[in-house]
Amino acid sequence: MFDTLTDKLNAVFKKLSGKGKLSEADVDAALREVRLALLEADVNFKVVKDLLARVRVRAVGEEVMRSLSPAQTVIKIVNDELIATLGEPAKIDLSGEPPHVVMLIGLQGAGKTTAAAKLALQLRKHQQKPLLVAADTRRPAAIQQLQTLGKQIDIPVHSEPNTVPPPTICANAVKRASDGAYSVVLLDTAGRLHIDDDLMRELEEVKQKTHPQEVLLVVDAMTGQEAVRVADEFHKRVGLTGLILTKVDGDARGGAALSVRSVTGVPIKYLGTGEKTDALEPFFPDRLASRILGMGDVLTLIEKAQETINQEQAQKAAEKLLKAQFNFEDFLEQLQAIKKMGPLSQLLGMVPGLNQISKELPADVTDQQMKRIEAIINSMTRQERQFPEVLNGSRRKRIALGSGTSVQEVNQLMSQFKQMQRMMQQIKSGKTRGMFPGIPGLGI
Amino acid sequence: MFNFLKRKEQVKEGLTKTRTSFLTKLTSLVAKNDVNEEFWSGLEETLIGADVGVETTMALVDKLRGRADKERVRQAAQVQEMLKEELLAILRIQNSDFGISNVTPQVILVVGVNGSGKTTSIGKLTKYLKAQDKKVTLAAGDTFRAAAIDQLKIWGQRVGVDVVAHQPGADPGAVAYDAWQAANARHADYLIVDTAGRLQTKINLMKELEKIGRVIKKCDATAPHETLLVLDAVTGQNGLQQAREFKKATPLTGLILTKLDGTAKGGIVFAIAKELQVPIQYIGTGEGIDDFAEFDAQDFVDGLFA
Ligand SMILES: Nc1nc2c(ncn2[C@@H]2O[C@H](COP(=O)(O)OP(=O)(O)OP(=O)(O)O)[C@@H](O)[C@H]2O)c(=O)[nH]1
Ligand SMILES: Nc1nc2c(ncn2[C@@H]2O[C@H](COP(=O)(O)OP(=O)(O)OP(=O)(O)O)[C@@H](O)[C@H]2O)c(=O)[nH]1
Ligand SMILES: [Mg+2]
Ligand SMILES: [Mg+2]
Repeated sequence: MFDTLTDKLNAVFKKLSGKGKLSEADVDAALREVRLALLEADVNFKVVKDLLARVRVRAVGEEVMRSLSPAQTVIKIVNDELIATLGEPAKIDLSGEPPHVVMLIGLQGAGKTTAAAKLALQLRKHQQKPLLVAADTRRPAAIQQLQTLGKQIDIPVHSEPNTVPPPTICANAVKRASDGAYSVVLLDTAGRLHIDDDLMRELEEVKQKTHPQEVLLVVDAMTGQEAVRVADEFHKRVGLTGLILTKVDGDARGGAALSVRSVTGVPIKYLGTGEKTDALEPFFPDRLASRILGMGDVLTLIEKAQETINQEQAQKAAEKLLKAQFNFEDFLEQLQAIKKMGPLSQLLGMVPGLNQISKELPADVTDQQMKRIEAIINSMTRQERQFPEVLNGSRRKRIALGSGTSVQEVNQLMSQFKQMQRMMQQIKSGKTRGMFPGIPGLGI
Repeated sequence: MFNFLKRKEQVKEGLTKTRTSFLTKLTSLVAKNDVNEEFWSGLEETLIGADVGVETTMALVDKLRGRADKERVRQAAQVQEMLKEELLAILRIQNSDFGISNVTPQVILVVGVNGSGKTTSIGKLTKYLKAQDKKVTLAAGDTFRAAAIDQLKIWGQRVGVDVVAHQPGADPGAVAYDAWQAANARHADYLIVDTAGRLQTKINLMKELEKIGRVIKKCDATAPHETLLVLDAVTGQNGLQQAREFKKATPLTGLILTKLDGTAKGGIVFAIAKELQVPIQYIGTGEGIDDFAEFDAQDFVDGLFA
């Protein structure tokens, strides 16, 4: 495993004087590391090249901000460029007269059929009346698959025998929608290779016959370098209006999104985040950018932290957070800081390596619970707060009494605290799944 | 292990189509003849563009640079030969011998992430085995995905073998158990178990896979005799993570590399072979029943440069 980008950049910049303007040599040294990180994330190498050229222009001579280290300055520029390339999210276009035709296309197994059902469900929530269309007559049981999904979400599916050519099926479905007052027609086409001329022509024909308002390319987040060529071909042949990135619930870094987006220029409209029909989420460029950089939502975290507590406080808090001797005083301080920043699990979820842990934590600590926790800690003596190991049964009973809670609650807090302590220990020794890159801006 | 006739012709046919671009790029580099910095960075890009991955690529290029220096090689063509040797060496994996036994049915568990081509590959593998006069039974172990059972049943019909299935939502372990009993009663040579697609990050689903393995062991302690991970050739660096995690959940005896009829090169298999010593056993080269062949490392690597 290689180190995280932040670590690597920190190492690069250690050799340098540090502050001041970024020199050409500094930037090039840093961008070598960034390049590796992006390639590791499956961003196409040509896309990486172009992107880094843009970053370079912006970074050379850039004043290093007082609040950021040189490494963070570079990361910030890279991140901004990634966000700009990923572009603004966009919703499905349903302007004009219904029925609106939405065509889903892509490679085999990308997630088209599932996405069709997810979209239908989503659109119905927005007062649309969707019709699903089984236009994959080739894959065994593709029609049954869509029918089954349709039944699950109670949305009608238009299907015909698999001997009918897909363009005809689609045209019939659009007609049925016009007659039957369906407002959106979702065409689930068969998976195909971008180099399969016959099947690409079939898509052209479907398009010709149905005049889709949206042609969405469904792309698997695990896709590698070929994403560029695939997207380019589909775009050239059929003309895309948007992208759906699927299987984002896995741990692929998703660099393909950047490749596909930069080669087609069409917006990413949704993310598929699970196999179930409700697992469709909007896309946020900043989150995806951080994910591609392998930094979780670290940047969001910096910003949040900057908003709520000042830099120094944050640094102190974070340092303590990572200290093994983390005690109840720190815990209390943490709780108070975190209270300002938002739910604990959400916060931890933004830090790579910690997002797994955050799932195991109890659901968000509510304000009520927070008050009780504070009461418990406030009922401890200073010694007890600093050395929690001394908290035996009789002390716990006293604390429960003093805080107006129960021994059970005190015990629960103890075990949560221990869990957190263990977690800190793990992070410190780097034993967490994945990696913990340190929080830029917090000086770790 | 399987020891069937190799179908080189078919493999080559599947691969040549794929390799054209890789080939032209490298050929033009090689044609320039001498080994210079441009050549090395071109080589690097070629490997990265084939999804070989940064780490493996760097290691390969470093090694080749070293060898070229030491062996005083100045011709690009010679370096290319060396690269082939190195790539082949990575793929040369001693097939792990565990599970070899003559008991029937031989149980083959087929696993992988969503949409990689498991069910289709099972259909093709079944045809392949049937062509060797083997008797095959299939188990519809994907009880989760919509119409997954129907899909396997259609493949079963196409090839003409029995498919043991329960209702959608049933326990996949129970399906595997019943299927083994049926396969055994019918004196089948092979039982192939389809499983639901699962991302390797889903802890519960990976546990479910372990459970299927345990249930099969109740029928035959030596089973599963093969566990094949199905990997889509278009997959990037996540492929390594897939192989790692699936191997943890259930010892893998091989890979099936699918969709090689596309333009993707499947270069991540080198990292997988290197780190995990899991051999590629079969390749998929289309959606048709015969678009399938036993993997041949020499052909695969030759295909990269042919
Ligand atoms: N985890 C996860 N699985 C997904 C997601 N989207 C689709 N899948 C799964 O991926 C597999 C393939 O999905 P399909 O919707 O059948 O893909 P398709 O593009 O229609 O496939 P073909 O029609 O065969 O080309 C199925 O197992 C789906 O359940 C997602 O966002 N997350
Ligand atoms: N071009 C091409 N397509 C393939 C190949 N193998 C499978 N496919 C297609 O890929 C898609 C997914 O294949 P499946 O066999 O359903 O994949 P799976 O892994 O069983 O999918 P889930 O059960 O949903 O996880 C289908 O459209 C297949 O026809 C191949 O070698 N080449
Ligand atoms: Mg489909
Ligand atoms: Mg399947």
